[in-house]
Amino acid sequence: MSEPTTTTFEPRIVAFFCNWCTYTAADLAGVSRMKYAPNIRVIRLMCSGRLDPQFVMTAFAKGADGVLIGGCHPGDCHYVEGNYKALRRATLLKRMLNDLGIEEDRFRLEWISASEGDKVKHVVNEMVEKIRALGPLDMPGKHKDWDKEMEELEAHINNSQQEEPAHVH
Amino acid sequence: MSTKPKIGFYWCASCGGCEESVVDLAEDILMVVGAVDIVFWPCAMDFKKKDVEAMPDKSIVATLLNGAIRSSEQEEMAHMLRRKSQVLIAYGSCAHTGGIPGLANQCTLERIMKYVYEECPTMVNDQKTHPQTHFKDDGRETELPKLRNVVRALDQVVDVDYYIPGCPPPAKLLKDAVLALLSGKLPPKGTVLAPDIAVCQQCKRNDTKPQDISLTEFKRPHQILADPDKCLLAQGLPCMGPATRGGCDAVCVTGNMPCTGCFGPVSHVHDHGAKILSYLASTAAGKEEKDIGKTLAGIPDPVGTFYRYGLAKCQLRGKIHATGES
Repeated sequence: MSEPTTTTFEPRIVAFFCNWCTYTAADLAGVSRMKYAPNIRVIRLMCSGRLDPQFVMTAFAKGADGVLIGGCHPGDCHYVEGNYKALRRATLLKRMLNDLGIEEDRFRLEWISASEGDKVKHVVNEMVEKIRALGPLDMPGKHKDWDKEMEELEAHINNSQQEEPAHVH
Repeated sequence: MSTKPKIGFYWCASCGGCEESVVDLAEDILMVVGAVDIVFWPCAMDFKKKDVEAMPDKSIVATLLNGAIRSSEQEEMAHMLRRKSQVLIAYGSCAHTGGIPGLANQCTLERIMKYVYEECPTMVNDQKTHPQTHFKDDGRETELPKLRNVVRALDQVVDVDYYIPGCPPPAKLLKDAVLALLSGKLPPKGTVLAPDIAVCQQCKRNDTKPQDISLTEFKRPHQILADPDKCLLAQGLPCMGPATRGGCDAVCVTGNMPCTGCFGPVSHVHDHGAKILSYLASTAAGKEEKDIGKTLAGIPDPVGTFYRYGLAKCQLRGKIHATGES
């Protein structure tokens, strides 16, 4: 959802980064004064294995144009197995999101270690460009549109019972 | 006129199984009929819409409405019954979470109509006639309800007080709900009137569920002779029990069939399918994308499997179609 005053679309990406690798890498990118697109909102998780697929669904449903997950490289997980769990979930989730009509490029899982600040920059920039090309997802707007079909009848019902106390909902 | 509390039953987009489940009360139905006045139940008794229209607002103590909302008529009835009832209960999976009819949210209405009236192999319709909402013949005019583009759960159309889950709900839950209504001991508004525990907790095989499940292949029920005493998930059958609300006494699993998730989620889960995906995907063996992908290919239709009864209440509510129309 872009600002109402401007017509250019700025993607909004929710990024879930693991505390031990990718979040530290994003930190490194920051202290190294690397510049990357300001379109991501980072949420720090202790582990990419903590990522409940519900978080991704909620992000999209509430207006995110993309979701990025960052975790430790295979074999490097602070909790040994967490990133494998993330990989298993992300594999199936990607397919399910696709079946729900969400383009593949809107959801991405990347392994980024604590030393790879430049990879954060590269991945974020690339994802922002791809989503910019796709355009806004705007699920809240879509859901609002879907529900417009109920307005006419609801208005009719509410008007026909003006004399009686209308039910509040 | 009788002073017994008035109860109504109504159905919308549903199969009739919920109506059947009222009869499942067996002799307890006499207790219900003795204690309440059924003032509306079009499936079983002769009532008309105008009978309900004539009732004062809030004169029905409780209406149990089953079925999803797909047409303008169902929408209108939902609004009217909401107005006439003190308590509105979404009865059964379809009213609760959209149910099987909710799966239609994966297709556009145009697609469904085209298939049903033109392409379906059993349909002979050379003139490609589709049903119309207006019909005029010999001076008489008929109007039929419109189909909506989206299937909705009851609470996506009107305010709902309670939910009774299940496809269909077991008689015990209905009986408990009626007793709670009669005694006035009702839980907070919005409560699902079933235990807030997972199916696994009521499942007799729970003790055989391993701490870690690692599957190299998902199987379908017809492909194996399942051991009747062992956890079905451990045998490779995708069972929705771990992420699904109990209250059914795990009847399907007792019958050697995996849980399909009809009770919806427990209270702290707000996206049932995503939660099922979460645990089911993490049971896939392997650490390489290739191996994991191979195991997960055993779930060819994740939306239909994880949101079998709850697509309308999925946070995305169904497929986004490229044209922008749903």
